[in-house]
Amino acid sequence: MAETNNNTDEKTGRSVMDAGDIARALKRVAHEIAERNRGVGNVVVIGVPRHGVPIARRIAAHLEQIENCKVPSGALDVALYRDDYVRRIVAPQDTRVDFSIDGKIVVLVDDVLFTGRTVRAALDALNDLGRPASVQLAVLVDRGHRELPIRADFVGKNLPTSRYEKVKVLLKETSGEDDVVRIEKTP
Amino acid sequence: MKLNRKHILGLREMSAGEIELVLDTASRMKEILARPVKKVPTLRGRSVITLFFENSTRTRTSFELSAKIMSAEAINIAVAQSSAAKGESLKDTLLTLDALTADCVIIRHPNAGAPEMAARYLKGSVINAGDGFHEHPSQGLLDLLTIRDNKGQIDGLNVTIIGDCLHSRVARSNLYGLQKLGANVTLCGPDTLLPREFGRVGARLETNCDNAVEGADVIMMLRLQNERMDGVYLPGVREYAALYGLNQKRLSKAKADAIVMHPGPMNRGVEIADDIADGDKSVILPQVTNGVATRMALLYLLLGGSEED
Repeated sequence: MAETNNNTDEKTGRSVMDAGDIARALKRVAHEIAERNRGVGNVVVIGVPRHGVPIARRIAAHLEQIENCKVPSGALDVALYRDDYVRRIVAPQDTRVDFSIDGKIVVLVDDVLFTGRTVRAALDALNDLGRPASVQLAVLVDRGHRELPIRADFVGKNLPTSRYEKVKVLLKETSGEDDVVRIEKTP
Repeated sequence: MKLNRKHILGLREMSAGEIELVLDTASRMKEILARPVKKVPTLRGRSVITLFFENSTRTRTSFELSAKIMSAEAINIAVAQSSAAKGESLKDTLLTLDALTADCVIIRHPNAGAPEMAARYLKGSVINAGDGFHEHPSQGLLDLLTIRDNKGQIDGLNVTIIGDCLHSRVARSNLYGLQKLGANVTLCGPDTLLPREFGRVGARLETNCDNAVEGADVIMMLRLQNERMDGVYLPGVREYAALYGLNQKRLSKAKADAIVMHPGPMNRGVEIADDIADGDKSVILPQVTNGVATRMALLYLLLGGSEED
């Protein structure tokens, strides 16, 4: 989201990952992706808007550096695949996948893994773009509380939370700074 | 991001913000049209009925396709084979559609105001697909999207609309939309087809076509409606083509990067020359594609959910 970060104070929110933490976590995730797939020759990285997209781009850049070869990255919007469309209307964002995903190892990237419903929608959306060889999931933060049988293959940080809390990710690309903030909310 | 209305009856009543929301949403829909699998599940279980009391190929097909791409049930009522042909009143037809629990009715009717009446009788949404000489909002919106795609923005552009402005709902919807987004609109046509009222809402009126084209960023040609060619408004088609048809000589007076639009169907050789219709300044076919994206956006914004995110 394009909100600016002015609530890192003790009352409303508290930083749980600073810029250095985020950079180290994403670099590690990239190494794990390269290790798991024994190189990245067949790997493409696709982010879910909004924050998944810049995170995917950063992971792809790390992978290129580590393996010294090109790694395509793209954006996959899931607004039209959500399972709550009867109740909620969500603004569609850009989908930009200018490469074929057929036969590729797709690393799907999102900022926060929570209920798993966004990932379910993303799997449906991917299906309409092509048939990947496999799909792996990378997230910056896993905060628990899954409502579907979905788990991440690569996790930047496991963050135990209460359902009533909010986890907000701020990124240089959208907010001018890198930060992960946990915000307490009363039930 | 929810559109703050239930029906799309005309651009006159929509705000610049609402129009921009539709255009932004439509831009995002275009990507789906380029996919091998053109289908998203978002309107699954919603029913969309097209009710056309006038002929149409592209508008009806475009709405039907948009609904189907978004997984809604699209049903077309062919009025010639319907109960309306047996003398059923519009009110009764509408009440029947309501009892069939239509989520959205898309209506085209020869009488201005018919969609407004539909909105009163139906519990679902109504989209005006053209009513008399009044409005054709989805056409206006797809035209705005096409202009924005090609020019980046609409504010400050010189847009010239040429032809039978009097009988054109396309001209009216475009005029309202373009003015709201800050364009300078010139309407051009023979005196008999150029109502003075348009001047009062701030459009420039011009009966000389060369003057109207001079310096234009966008030239929008209207179809010369043959059914109006009974000699009352115009002396003849050949004279009209000579005075108001768009040819290369006339087009050269517009800006070098001008685009040429036409809502279709075209009378080639009358309002538009072949080499312009098929030329590099023509955006007539992108208009058709944008029509699908725009109608997808309208259906999504009207039927896509009850709460905001």
